[in-house]
Parts: sequence; structure tokens; C-alpha cells
Amino acid sequence: MTNKKMSGAALVIRALKELNIEYIFGYPGGSVLDIYDALFVQDDVKHILVRHEQAATHMADGYARATGKVGVVLATSGPGATNCVTGIATAYMDSIPMVVLSGQVPTSLIGDDAFQETDIVGCSRPIVKHSFNCRDAHKIPEILAKAFYLAASGRPGPVVVELPKDILNPALEFEFSMPTDIKMRSYNPSKKGHPKQIKKAAQTILNAKKLVVYSGGGVVLSNTSEQLTHLVESLNSPITNTLMGLGGISGTHPNFVGMLGMHGSLEANKAMAGADVILALGVRFDDRVTNNVNKFCPNATIIHVDVDPTSISKTIHAHIPVVGDLATVFSQLQAEIDSSELQIDRASQEDWWRQINNWRDQKCMSYSKDSQKIKPQTVIETLYKVTQGDAYISSDVGQHQMFAAQYYPFAKPRQWINSGGLGTMGFGLPAAMGVKLAFPEKESVVVTGDGSIQMNIQELSTCMQYGLPVKIVSLNNRSLGMVRQWQDMVYSGRHSFSYMESLPDFVKLAESYGHVGIRVDKIEELEPALTKAMSIKDRLVFLDINIDETEHVYPMQIKTGAIDDMWLKKGVKA
Amino acid sequence: MRRILSIILENEPGALSRIIGLFSQRAYNIDSLTVGTTDDKSISRITITTQGSEKILEQITKQVNKLVDVLKILDLTEVSHIERELILIKVTANNEKSRAAVTRVTDVFGGSILDMGKTTYTLQLVSSTEKLASFIDSLKNETDIIEVVRSGALGLNRGDKALRV
Repeated sequence: MTNKKMSGAALVIRALKELNIEYIFGYPGGSVLDIYDALFVQDDVKHILVRHEQAATHMADGYARATGKVGVVLATSGPGATNCVTGIATAYMDSIPMVVLSGQVPTSLIGDDAFQETDIVGCSRPIVKHSFNCRDAHKIPEILAKAFYLAASGRPGPVVVELPKDILNPALEFEFSMPTDIKMRSYNPSKKGHPKQIKKAAQTILNAKKLVVYSGGGVVLSNTSEQLTHLVESLNSPITNTLMGLGGISGTHPNFVGMLGMHGSLEANKAMAGADVILALGVRFDDRVTNNVNKFCPNATIIHVDVDPTSISKTIHAHIPVVGDLATVFSQLQAEIDSSELQIDRASQEDWWRQINNWRDQKCMSYSKDSQKIKPQTVIETLYKVTQGDAYISSDVGQHQMFAAQYYPFAKPRQWINSGGLGTMGFGLPAAMGVKLAFPEKESVVVTGDGSIQMNIQELSTCMQYGLPVKIVSLNNRSLGMVRQWQDMVYSGRHSFSYMESLPDFVKLAESYGHVGIRVDKIEELEPALTKAMSIKDRLVFLDINIDETEHVYPMQIKTGAIDDMWLKKGVKA
Repeated sequence: MRRILSIILENEPGALSRIIGLFSQRAYNIDSLTVGTTDDKSISRITITTQGSEKILEQITKQVNKLVDVLKILDLTEVSHIERELILIKVTANNEKSRAAVTRVTDVFGGSILDMGKTTYTLQLVSSTEKLASFIDSLKNETDIIEVVRSGALGLNRGDKALRV
């Protein structure tokens, strides 16, 4: 069968179709007009027109986080491409599979400071897993196949593909040929853990008296939540999750002791500090977890499993490193544990649980409800109640993000979508839109604040164009809450530029885009408003909730202290 | 601590800058850098000499290895190895005395005179990086140095071991 010849631009779209790409998120411009023309004449790949390219990257990112598939972005050269940079960095920090197709000026003009020329491959080099300068039209399908393979395999991440305008030229035609099996001699992500290391790990786990499982985003990315839950149950060990790992085990599981780290629970951080063995799975000992690395869990033997060798012993020395894909390592480890003659010392384990339950009894997540003002924690708890814990929650960045992480127990992986690594304000709304596209029948909620929402608020327009009824829960404290909290705690209450003056009327703003806006000022209005918002299935609802601006996120680690040196409340140390 | 890293990688545009970025991001200086293709035209070999904390260099080494274009990396300083560097020096040689002195120093170090100008000699020496430094110092004692260019260190494993795909 002879292949029909087609232009470079058509090769791009055809390759996306072969790769089963459902959606691309983008914005047209001079250098990609040929691709947009090729998009126009087909129905296989759907295109979502955003209002700013940064939002396109976050939408693709939210889509990728919720589905596990690769998110795809299409941007024009120059400003279109540079607008993607924050979104690429966001995906890179959280290991999210993404492919960004960027236009480029014609090859003959590259390097001449041509109109809308930027070296986007150069700009994005430190924040991509890999990038391609495509210079031959006939190589487009092969390069895209490689880009998608790289984005999704091993430790996932964003891949940038630069496409100069001349190779997309509709007047030049090529045969479509795409490799079905990608092999790259320089890229072989490890799969199996080393059997000797697995054996050592299993023995150490079974000999532990105070074991803690510490799991992160790697469990979510590798779809190994079931194996994790099974392992934890078979060991009857306490488990804590990182911010990125929430939902890796159900937030209501009896063995779950909460999130750890800067705003983690007392019991999680205490358990880590007191552990004799820490089983770290798909985590990277981030500075927002460890606090002072020199004081980090001095008595613990650390077993660290990760697919990326650069994560191991980067900040904290791993006594038993295991490099491998969690999916494979879990079955290796479980088999080793199940067949071992060693037995867990149940008496020590009971003592350990007694100790942990004492910490739990201190109820570190309790907060004062005596104020007339609405507490942000109450909003999240009510949201949990009204959505029956079943909504996808996309968050922006700041206090509201921490409250959502603390007060909405996530039952499943991929239910919690947030920019944990880069901490990108403006992430929430577009991410929730990507989730809604992927799962139209599910509730997709943005938890945000008056600061973050204004960083990509233009996407309310995109929501109207594509009928994306996401629910926006905005915790409005007229402040950049997390900045204000640090200013309260570290800068003697000098609120330097953390106060938002001249806020818009968010209700009217939502209405002007054709959506529903509801303002909530009183506590008794909260639950009815949330219930009403969730009952409106076909329209976007913007809930502008007037919350107590003085509230701080607690617990909070004390700077330069150990993992469990924390403030429990204002002036109260753990 | 001084390190010599040998890297073999796909001969692709952009591959070098990905590696360099890992150093510059940490404000680490590269003391020398050499790049060239090998007997296999699809493969380049890079030799980098640098110095810094062991922990950070270990992280850089891991990060280099993780780059999609990189096939292998070896820290030559951790193994028994041979190291050579080439230097070209232009010096003042404008009278009998300086010409004789420069010729003597060059002979002592086993170098050669590649070119003679009206008032200058151009010299070559292939040796270890340390010996090149003493060569420069010895020449400085005898005459003025006008221009220096060095290839940067190159290295290979001793014995039958080899860094190959």
C-alpha cells in the first residue's frame, strides 16, 4: 500500500493521531499556521484554544496528572513558546509527562533575531527531560514518537519539540512513516531493582521495630497505589505521604498518619523522627519534607526506592538504595517479604503504634472555630462533605493549597492535582479544566485564593467557549496568605505587599464571562452555597468565600530544626 | 578535589550544552573541556576537568549520566589512567641568549619547536597537565611568553579496560 504524501504540518497531526492523542492545548501564531490549517481539516485530534500559553501547559499538565497520559501543548514561536516556560518547569519539577510542540521561524532565519524568534530549546534546556530541534520534515513522525516515549517512560517529564516553519510548508510533501517500537541506545530506564538490594531491604523491613513507610509522587505516577496499600497492610506499618503522594494510599486508611513535612501532621513527622527504618518509595527527600538535613532522622536506616538514580542520596544518604520502577520493585519486595523466614516483631510494633496513637491523640489538625469569620479549614471540610470525598481537587499555591492537602482526605491517587515542586500560582484553574476535559462526568474543583486565581483568570473565557463547568472555591482573604503568614511569623507582622488592594467583584467577573458567581460571607451560607454549586452540573460556578484573613497554616516546622520541630499553634511548640 | 570526567554521548547538536549547563547551574567552573568524534562518527567523546566538593560532583556525574544523549560516563580520577594534554606556546626569542635558553628548556621537557619567527619561537609539548605547568614556569624564567593555547586534558583507562558502547 502506498502512503499518501502529505505536508510536514499534516505529518505532525497524523503522528498525534497515531499516538492516540485526544486533546492538544494551544494558541495559534505565525510560525504554526500550517499546523493549525492541518488541524482544521480533521476531527481526530481535538484542539482547545486557551487565552494564554501558560494556561495551555497547565491544562495539559492537569489532564496528564488525572489520566496518566501525556499532555500535549502547541504554541507558536517567540512569545508563545516563552509563555510556556513556567508550565514546562512546573511539569518538570513534578515529573509530569508532557510534550510541547513549539513553532520556530524558518530555518534560513534562525539566529538572525527574526520576528518572533526565540531559542526555545535553549530557554527550556534546564527544565526539560529532553528536547528536539526538528530540521527535516520526514523525521517529524519519528521525533514525535521519541518525544512521547521519553515523556512517559522512566521518570516522566516534559519534552520540547521545535518545528521551524519551512519544514511544515504545505507545498512540500512527504510519505508518512512512523516507528512502532522506539529504541534508543543511550536511554534505558531501569526497571527491576537489584535482587541483592531487594533482599537487604526486605530483611531490614522485617527486622524493624519502628518502621515508617514514606511514599510520594512516584507511587501516583507509577500507578502502584494498590501494591502500596497491600504492602502497608501486610506489614501493618504506619504510612505517611508527601504532598505529591497524597492519595497513594487512602487518606482515611487506618495506617495513614497524614502528610509529612513543613505543614505535615505531628504524628507523621514524629513517626519519621522516631523511626528505626524508613522505607522511602518514589520520594526525593525534598527540603519541604526534611527540614534541616543535618538533624534528619538520625536513628533510621533508610531504604530508598526510586526510578531515578539522581534522586537517591541527593539530600539524604540512603543506606539501602534501590533503583527501579516501583511497579516492578513492589512485586519483587512483596515476594521477598512473603517468602522470608523472618517475622515482624509484633510486640515492638504494638509499642510503636501505641506511641503513634499518643501523638495522634494530640489532634494537631484541630483549630479554633469560635470566630464569626469563616475559617479556611471549615471550607475544605465542608467541600469534602458536600462532594463526598469524590471530587478531583486541583489547587493553586499558598495557604489554601496546604489546607486542601490537610483537610480533604484523598481516597484515590490522581485525585489531588497540585504544583508541589515548583509551587506555581495560577496552576489551579487551567489544571482543573484539563481534568474536566478528561473526566466530564466527575466533579472538578479548583481550590484557590484571591491571589492565585488572578494569575490565570483569563481562562474563565476558555471555560465558556468549551463548556467546562469546573467549580472554583476561592478562599478570599484579601491577602497573599502564605506570604502574610511568613511576614507575621518572621518579619514582625510587616505585611510588605501581601495585601491585595482593588480586588475585582469576583461574582460579577464570573457573570461577565457567562458563569455563575456566588459570594459567601457568613458561615451559615457556606454549606448551602457549596451544595448549590455542586448541583449546577452544566455551568461553571465561582464561589468567592470571604474567609478569616488572620488564619495561619499549622502545624509548621520550625526553620533549621529537625523534621519534628514544629509549631502546633501560634506560640505552641510540639 | 580535581576530577577528570570522560563522557561518551550521541553526536547530536545541543548535547554538549546540556552537559555544560549542569556545571554552570551550580556555578562550577570547568577547568578544561575537549570534545571530538571517535572512530564511530555517531559518537562524541568529551573530557572535562573540574574541581569541587565530592558530593556535588557525584550529583553532577549522576545528572550527566541521566541525560538522554549520554551513553556512558567515567570518572578517570577513580581508576588507573593515562592523562595527556597538548600545549602550544609562542615565546620571545629575539637574540642568541634567549633562543638558546628556549631551545634548552624545550629539549629538557621533550617538547619541540614548531615554528620560528623573526623574534619568536612557537613550541609544542604533550605531557601531563602538571608537567605543562612547570614547562610554562621554566620558560618564564628565560623569556617572555606571548601566547598560550592548551588542548585540555585527555585521558584513557590503563590496561585493557575501555570506555566503549
